[in-house]
Amino acid sequence: MLDRVASVLRLIGKHVNQGIWRLGFASRFLLMTLLYSGTAFRRFGLTIRQIYFSGVQSLIIILVSGLFVGMVLGLQGFDTLERYGSEEALGVLVALSLVRELGPVVAGLLFASRAGSAITAEIGLMKATEQLTAMEMMAVNPIARVVAPRFWAGVTSMPILAAMFSAMGIFGGYLVGVVLIGVDEGSFWSQMQASVDFRQDILNGVIKSIVFGVAVSLIAVFEGYDADPTAEGVSGATTRTVVISSLAILGLDFILTAFMFRGF
Amino acid sequence: MNRTVLDLWVGFFVAAGIGALLFLALKVGNLSSANMADAYQLNAKFDNIGGLKVRAPVKSAGVVVGRVSGIRFDQQDYMAVVSMDIDSRYQFPRDTIASILTSGLLGEQYIGFSAGGETAMLKSGDTFKKTQSAVVLENLIGQFLFSKAAEGPQNGPQNGQDKKQ
Repeated sequence: MLDRVASVLRLIGKHVNQGIWRLGFASRFLLMTLLYSGTAFRRFGLTIRQIYFSGVQSLIIILVSGLFVGMVLGLQGFDTLERYGSEEALGVLVALSLVRELGPVVAGLLFASRAGSAITAEIGLMKATEQLTAMEMMAVNPIARVVAPRFWAGVTSMPILAAMFSAMGIFGGYLVGVVLIGVDEGSFWSQMQASVDFRQDILNGVIKSIVFGVAVSLIAVFEGYDADPTAEGVSGATTRTVVISSLAILGLDFILTAFMFRGF
Repeated sequence: MNRTVLDLWVGFFVAAGIGALLFLALKVGNLSSANMADAYQLNAKFDNIGGLKVRAPVKSAGVVVGRVSGIRFDQQDYMAVVSMDIDSRYQFPRDTIASILTSGLLGEQYIGFSAGGETAMLKSGDTFKKTQSAVVLENLIGQFLFSKAAEGPQNGPQNGQDKKQ
């Protein structure tokens, strides 16, 4: 009995200990990445290449999901608004929910599972096959050469993807609301323009997506760099990237929303 | 993948992102109408501003001529002081009345100007002489009930008889 309790306590202690150790390493890792990111800007080709892999190649999934999310919002919103006889407000509903929340959050979640996991797997495999060690042997700093370009590529791609997601979603809402159902086109756009504020809504959405970009990219490169150099370790790290960055996005979203939209 | 082709794709990507942001700013948001080229400030004192908010539109004859830039409370005479940025293309006579109106039954509140007849125009920093406060629905209902109750004993039964006939 006592043994069972002791082993449970030991397990909890081990996890807490490990968590704090990893948190500390992650913070140090972020500082190192920022410190050595000069290379990522001086040799901008490296970053461009990563923007291609994590940003451009995520375009299809982002655009298609954005379109469908907008179309569903259009259908659902119309169904609800029709009961109150205010289906002209459909544009407001679609635009505000996309620009404020769904754009950054859903694009962030998709980005984490599409690009974040790939970054983790790549860096983890580089570590497992001792490429990172080989770089160090050749006096190439792997953080400057491998990690920083991927980090900055993620930070740049995320707001662009979120903006495209929102724009595509609004187009989807327009397609369903105006073209398919027949909401008046003029009031769809004019009410949207009257209620969506550039600074309050759009800029805050962009800020959100930049924060998510930093969080997802950091988690992805860190998990890859910290992965156990085995096949199991890499697969575990990839899973952790998706899980932790999804949770981080949702948690950060709550905090940012609480700061931004307090209804003052 | 050739480097130049790769650059091309990333260029497309960034350009499309900027395009999406522009679309959001101009077509979805109200950036295009928000920045007035030149604005001058007018102040108005109200007994009650109801649910008026900063950045609410200022309209004259239904056309947006400016925006509410600030709302504060005057400790001296216990009134709300609303400052407005008015587009300098529009000038209003000195005896213009500023009133707080509601668009629709449940819509947002805005400030409406009904222009007066004086020849002298309001200048930057001037305060309106005549204002009309927001109509608070609760007060209105209260007044209605009160007046109904006051006239009730005399008129009530007669009305009832009228209906029967």
